[in-house]
Amino acid sequence: MSRLLEVSGVSVSFDGFKAINNLSFSIDTAELRAVIGPNGAGKTTFMDIVTGKTRPDEGSVLWGDKSVSLLRMSEAKIAQAGVGRKFQRPTVFEDQSVFDNLLMALKNNRTPWSVLFYKPSNADKARVVELAEEIGLEQQLARKSGELSHGQKQWLEIGMLLAQEPQLLLVDEPAAGMTPAEREHTTDLLKEAAKTRAVVVVEHDMEFVRRLECKVTVLHEGSVLAEGSIDHVTQNKEVIEVYLGR
Amino acid sequence: MTDQTSTLSASYPDGGAPRAKPFVMRHPSVLIFLACLAIFTVGVTILSEGFGIGVISTSFIKTLGKTLCLCLVALAMDLVWGYTGILSLGHFAFFGLGGYAIGMWLMYERTRLIVVDSMANAALPPTPQEISDGIATQIFGVVGASEFPPVWATAHSLPLQLLAVVLLPGLLALVFGWLAFRSRVTGVYLSILTQAMTLALSLYLFQNDSGLRGNNGLSGLQNLPGVSAPQSVVSMWFLWGSALALGLGYVLCAWVVSGKFGSVIRGIRDDEARVRFLGYSVEGYKLFVFTLTAVIAGIAGALYYPQAGIINPAEIAPIASIYLAVWVAIGGRGRLYGAVIGAAFVSLVSTWFTGGQAPDINLGFYTIHWVDWWLILLGLSFVLVTLFFPKGIGGIFDIIAERRTPERHGADLGPDQGSLREQEADE
Repeated sequence: MSRLLEVSGVSVSFDGFKAINNLSFSIDTAELRAVIGPNGAGKTTFMDIVTGKTRPDEGSVLWGDKSVSLLRMSEAKIAQAGVGRKFQRPTVFEDQSVFDNLLMALKNNRTPWSVLFYKPSNADKARVVELAEEIGLEQQLARKSGELSHGQKQWLEIGMLLAQEPQLLLVDEPAAGMTPAEREHTTDLLKEAAKTRAVVVVEHDMEFVRRLECKVTVLHEGSVLAEGSIDHVTQNKEVIEVYLGR
Repeated sequence: MTDQTSTLSASYPDGGAPRAKPFVMRHPSVLIFLACLAIFTVGVTILSEGFGIGVISTSFIKTLGKTLCLCLVALAMDLVWGYTGILSLGHFAFFGLGGYAIGMWLMYERTRLIVVDSMANAALPPTPQEISDGIATQIFGVVGASEFPPVWATAHSLPLQLLAVVLLPGLLALVFGWLAFRSRVTGVYLSILTQAMTLALSLYLFQNDSGLRGNNGLSGLQNLPGVSAPQSVVSMWFLWGSALALGLGYVLCAWVVSGKFGSVIRGIRDDEARVRFLGYSVEGYKLFVFTLTAVIAGIAGALYYPQAGIINPAEIAPIASIYLAVWVAIGGRGRLYGAVIGAAFVSLVSTWFTGGQAPDINLGFYTIHWVDWWLILLGLSFVLVTLFFPKGIGGIFDIIAERRTPERHGADLGPDQGSLREQEADE
């Protein structure tokens, strides 16, 4: 296993408030990782930095075998390089069908000119159906995604991420607002995805994290507080204090 | 593989079998629109003075032809606003630039013919310099100049000016859009910026030394140089040309929004950041649509102003672009035929009200003069449409479509409450 993403010494502040403070974090090419932490620990800001939405004040973010810096790339370029991101709230294109949503996410040339003349090949269509089966939406392909249930939208978004074929998946609170059965399906999806790529899951819910059975990183006040198995970190004194002390 | 494709064609009729059918067959609304446009054009031709029985006056033919051009620019507006979500309030600047580009050639060439004609009887044949001076004095005398400003360098050549019809609005949109989108100016700030652009352009053109005759604008554009046909015939040529442009523009826009490109731009409209994280360069797409629609607007303007006969800087005042947004909103944005209906309906009704044809209403204590009250009526209907009919006039077609196949899921199937009802029917 080789290193995929290396974040070192990153700090960022908003109007004097240090959202991320000298954060260092790294992940390997096929690894499932959970990031937990109380509100305001900097989980979402961390994702913003990796995906190019926020520029850090200092530090470096290196990507892949060639250690390319992500800091000078636009969001679109970072996404093309292989970083996929799922937002907290399901954000699918509600006005469009499940099929169109998946087709749009499919890994293909993304320049306006080639998209204008794009015609879905049979392989592309088959790939979309395959993805739909994976996320359990094969019966819903023709439906507008706005008509789907909350959980189905979350899966559709995960499906869109898989369609991008990213090497790193950043998933923000995937289980929020899901029924227990839906949670289980989501856990399976993420575990399956992590077999071939790196997956980082940001989550509040300890039970959900426990079910992922992976290494856990605890963030607090913008830096790493503890790292290790779920049992290891939940016995950590500082972690208990941060989670229960306030 | 075959199994999967069959699943797909079952569940997604539009994406299943290889797309062998031509584009217009897959989109019946395009075909219906083209048929309506063809019927309209043939009907008007039969009723015209120039080629038919003369029921419709030539001036009304011109109004209809101009309306077709306004429909074309409304299509462009719908593409940029209704589909991509960029509320541009400056597309009439591009419309006006197209008009100026063609107007320069029309005015130059017609004046040249007049000058050559008047010098024909001179003892010595006039030199090119004398002809050129004569034309310049004729055109620019009104602003106190007698030589050609640099912007008229290509005015003598029809091909070059036709190229300018496309290039001028295209380049302006490209530069403006590149600067605005690169800085991630969005929403109402972009709208204000586009208003500033069209205002700046119109103020510049108002100056006498802008080289385009200041507030006099370019006039006499209805007379095609070297054509002796009467206006009743020329007006029909322009109506046909406008109808053809509108038809082609409609097919082009429908094609652009139909495929994956349409998916992406509608995605940009609904959630720009999400599209960016999918790996699409949102700025590139916006710039493409902005420039394409500016070119369409320029072509529409180049067909409009020869029918109007005159173009002056007031035409590209900020209010014109706002009207354009109002038409599209009333017609129903996000659907191409909605834009066409809105532009045609509002501009024709507007002509009727402001042309003094609408009867004044005498209330006893006050008389409503529609010329004064029309704008208030228009503003009011804009507010009402926005509040109560966000889909606009085009939304009526949805209601008709829904009526045809009533929604009866979960409806009562009869008095027997013991049956499994809909679930049973599914099994």
